[in-house]
Amino acid sequence: MLLVIGGVFCIYSASYDFDHASIFSFSEFSGKQIRWIVLSMALGLVLLLIDARIFETYAYPAYIAMLLLLAVTIVIAPDIKGSRSWLVLGPMSLQPAEFAKCTTALALAKLFSGYNFQLNASRNNYFKALAIIFIPVLLILAQKETGSALTYMALFFVLYREGMSGLVLLAALCAVVFFVVAVKFSAPLFLGIPVGQAVVFSIIMVLMVLMVGGYSRRPVEARYLFFWFAGTSVLASVLTLCGVAVPGYVFFLGVILVCCGYCVFVRFHTAARRMGLVIATVIASLVFVFSIDFAFNKVLQPHQQMRIKVALGIEEDLRGAGYNVNQSKIAIGSGGMFGKGFLNGTQTKLKYVPEQHTDFIFCTIGEEQGFVGATAVLLLFLALILRVISIAERQQSVFVRVYGYCVASYFIFHLAINIGMVIGLCPVIGIPLPFFSYGGSSLWGFTFLLFILLRLDAARKS
Amino acid sequence: MRKDYKLAKRKYVIGGFIVVIALIYLLRLFNLQVIDTKYKDSADSNAFLRKAIYPSRGIIYDRNGQLVVFNQSAYDVMLVPRDVEEFDTLDFCRTVSITPEELRKRFEEMRDKRLNPGYSSYSPQRLLSHLSPENYGRLQEKLYRFPGFFVQKRILRQYSRPVAANVLGNIREVSQKDIENDDYYSPGDYTGDLGVEKSFEPFLRGRKGQEIFIRAASGRIQGRYEDGAHDLPAVSGKNLKLSIDIDLQQYAESLMVNKKGAVVAIEPSTGEILCLVSSPTYDPNLLVGRERGKNYARLVNDLDRPLYDRAIMAGYPPGSTFKPTQGLILLQEGIVGLGTAYPCYHGYINGGLRVGCHGHASPIALKPALQTSCNAYFCWGFKNMVDKRSKYGTSAKAFEVWKNHLVSMGYGYPLGIDLPGEKRGFLPNAKFYDKRYGEGHWSANTIISVSIGQGEVLATPLQIANLCATVANRGWFITPHIVKEIEDTVIDSDYTTKRYPTIDRAHYIPVAEGMRMAVTGGTCRAANLPDIEVAGKTGTAQNPHGRDHSAFMGFAPFDNPKIAVAVYVENAGFGATFGVPIGSLVIEKYLKGSISSARKGMEERMLNSNTIQYSGTKKH
Repeated sequence: MLLVIGGVFCIYSASYDFDHASIFSFSEFSGKQIRWIVLSMALGLVLLLIDARIFETYAYPAYIAMLLLLAVTIVIAPDIKGSRSWLVLGPMSLQPAEFAKCTTALALAKLFSGYNFQLNASRNNYFKALAIIFIPVLLILAQKETGSALTYMALFFVLYREGMSGLVLLAALCAVVFFVVAVKFSAPLFLGIPVGQAVVFSIIMVLMVLMVGGYSRRPVEARYLFFWFAGTSVLASVLTLCGVAVPGYVFFLGVILVCCGYCVFVRFHTAARRMGLVIATVIASLVFVFSIDFAFNKVLQPHQQMRIKVALGIEEDLRGAGYNVNQSKIAIGSGGMFGKGFLNGTQTKLKYVPEQHTDFIFCTIGEEQGFVGATAVLLLFLALILRVISIAERQQSVFVRVYGYCVASYFIFHLAINIGMVIGLCPVIGIPLPFFSYGGSSLWGFTFLLFILLRLDAARKS
Repeated sequence: MRKDYKLAKRKYVIGGFIVVIALIYLLRLFNLQVIDTKYKDSADSNAFLRKAIYPSRGIIYDRNGQLVVFNQSAYDVMLVPRDVEEFDTLDFCRTVSITPEELRKRFEEMRDKRLNPGYSSYSPQRLLSHLSPENYGRLQEKLYRFPGFFVQKRILRQYSRPVAANVLGNIREVSQKDIENDDYYSPGDYTGDLGVEKSFEPFLRGRKGQEIFIRAASGRIQGRYEDGAHDLPAVSGKNLKLSIDIDLQQYAESLMVNKKGAVVAIEPSTGEILCLVSSPTYDPNLLVGRERGKNYARLVNDLDRPLYDRAIMAGYPPGSTFKPTQGLILLQEGIVGLGTAYPCYHGYINGGLRVGCHGHASPIALKPALQTSCNAYFCWGFKNMVDKRSKYGTSAKAFEVWKNHLVSMGYGYPLGIDLPGEKRGFLPNAKFYDKRYGEGHWSANTIISVSIGQGEVLATPLQIANLCATVANRGWFITPHIVKEIEDTVIDSDYTTKRYPTIDRAHYIPVAEGMRMAVTGGTCRAANLPDIEVAGKTGTAQNPHGRDHSAFMGFAPFDNPKIAVAVYVENAGFGATFGVPIGSLVIEKYLKGSISSARKGMEERMLNSNTIQYSGTKKH
């Protein structure tokens, strides 16, 4: 037990050290941040002293109180950079959204630990779980903190662990892939339609073959489908090469719809009930593909569109949306293998990277500590996450397990998005890197998350 | 407590997910930080502002230590495009005295990647060059109003006298090709063009220094990078001392005004060139500063080709100035002795061929032949040598011997002067005639005119002057050169080593005496100064471009020569009419410092006469 705490502490303090170091380069922030760190240590100690049962008992009241706080924040918070998420309390300002992560996790854990609660048992259970997640999300969206709100999407990992169908994650993955492909290759034309769409159609075909192969009782049906797709595709290619204009939509939609018809036939002929799912998937995918354009151009705001385009490498707006990422890549790239040494980073020190003490803190590590340092940080986080997962898994209490997964999910999401955006692989979403980024709320939020887990874990045997 | 083992396996999916992401990120980091170097460069140009410190260019003195070329400060308006904010264009234009249109044009040119391949919005770019001191002063005061702009001090050349442009050369901004050929240069640097400025560029330019500043994202300079530990001080260029006597150069140039041609004077004992005049010439100040481009274009297009250095590039028929070489070869080859005389009945008449000559005693020996410039003597000598099958086998072999002697005297190949662009003149070889007439189908008479410096033979005025210096030295010369000393550097040993032609030194004595006789009682009597013993040889070269070219070479004093001079005036008639007076005036000026009153009339005539009117504009 002590070992576990020690191990986690190690990671924690190791992270701290870096935090300390990087933050030191910005003198006006470093002092404040050290104060936050000391306070969060004290907080951690207090949390460790609290009776473990209290967390479970007060999960719902804390959750509701936090919701109220979030709602109040919308009204009374001053407008800072367009968002109303900061509560100013005398000398400090806090972001309730950071703490809401913790209460939401507790509430979700409480829900799952209810007697004989099973996610798949009824729709009602799904509804409750989703409600717990989405109420704070809506409130945070109302504060115009899109990044923080997105963090809660990570909780789908928890739902997945607790029995949600893997298809949901797969669908999400497909959606992301479809979206990226369709947006990235929206310009060039193939058979009269954007290449991206053509590729997505092809993926749908492959998906159909795989699903039919998986669900059908007779492999021959999948084979028929495969030959049908392959045959028509070859035919279309030959026609195109011969100079005959093949209308792309007619070709793809025709071929796919014929297959759907075939699936309907198989459904009734062999009573393979899952065929309905195949058809539903295909239809949903098609609808999704056709709505991508609309969603991208109409629903997203221009600056969000731009960030996505920059991340996908479609546009290089080095002065506007791409400036952050480009400068951040320059800073990290100039670090080399071993970095320029502590405090010697020219790019970060001369403030070429905006928001470098908060969301883009990883640049400082990359530039000053080089590849070695950046890797070490990345691996420390990876170890922390895997450690949290293993702690969660060894719990007998469902409450602690679910809570543990919530913590892991938050870390996964923050790590993936934050480092991803700094190295130019994700669109820029303003969320901090846990423990590193300057900001008391974030630090305290993660302190809460982690120390409550430690406390709960410590109570395991007693 | 229930435990669903199937669901428990899903921890691997979630764990796997984050491991895969971490791996992707690691690869990306590795690529960004270790493999790809482009980001390091970007980081450098982001954070470092490198300002060049231009060294002062080496100063050029003449042989007597008189200042010839020196430096003048000029100011270039520079800017770092990304640091430039909106500014009051009109105010700026007024301050530096240009129109808004010019400013707009300059901005366009600066951004044009074709005209300015080094353009980058992060690095200093030149907006205007050569600001006048008044404009500089005004701009300096207002500079705070124009963020992103700064003024860079540059060096311009200034010339103490408007002479010797062909020798000195000038400086120009480097071209893209210069930058590619030499790492030292970056856009906006200057390099020498033509003359000494070009051939001694590596000495004159010194070494640029560099100051490295740290620049924050806001564009503000934060200070020196590591307190200037990586700054480099500029090292000044080396000063040069030319062998030119700038007074003599100026005097000779004035004599050549309105004439086409060249004057070359050499100090025989050292090979140092005392003056090197090419006419028409130009004022070197024309190629300084903002007007350079315009003036340069004008000079290039000038039909009289002032940029063409006739002294070292033009191949002229040497005419009778060639005869001493013939005398030397004939003596060396034993074709004639000092007593050998050839007949001259108003010319060389042989095999249906007649080369005219003027009236003098006949038959005639070498020294009087030089004195009177007898064509027939040298034709006979040439014929007796080239057609002497008993000795050489064939005319071709004899001709090769003849040619090799001349090459050893400096003809046919560049002498190796320390100026760019020296040409070789022309000396035919046996193959040349084999090709023209067919092997074995030519003999001395076919090519007889080369023996009197006509025909295919061409020489640069420098080569003629060098021959004169060789005779003055009685049998050796040092490669003519224009730079006497380089500060802290020993000049190339090529310019201190004696070169001996393949002629016994003894043979030079009668040839020199013949040349002395030409002055005392021959073709160059006008060069007979009362108190200086001058020796000389005229030349009158027929040419296809109209009137004969007038040539002269001479040295003095006879026994301890201090100066050997060659004069070549295109289309000016007899050697005696222009070549001899100009040559003798140069000699007198150099040795005496002034022209005696008895010769003022001649000087006056030379200064004011115009022969350029007889020259068409043609290629040389």
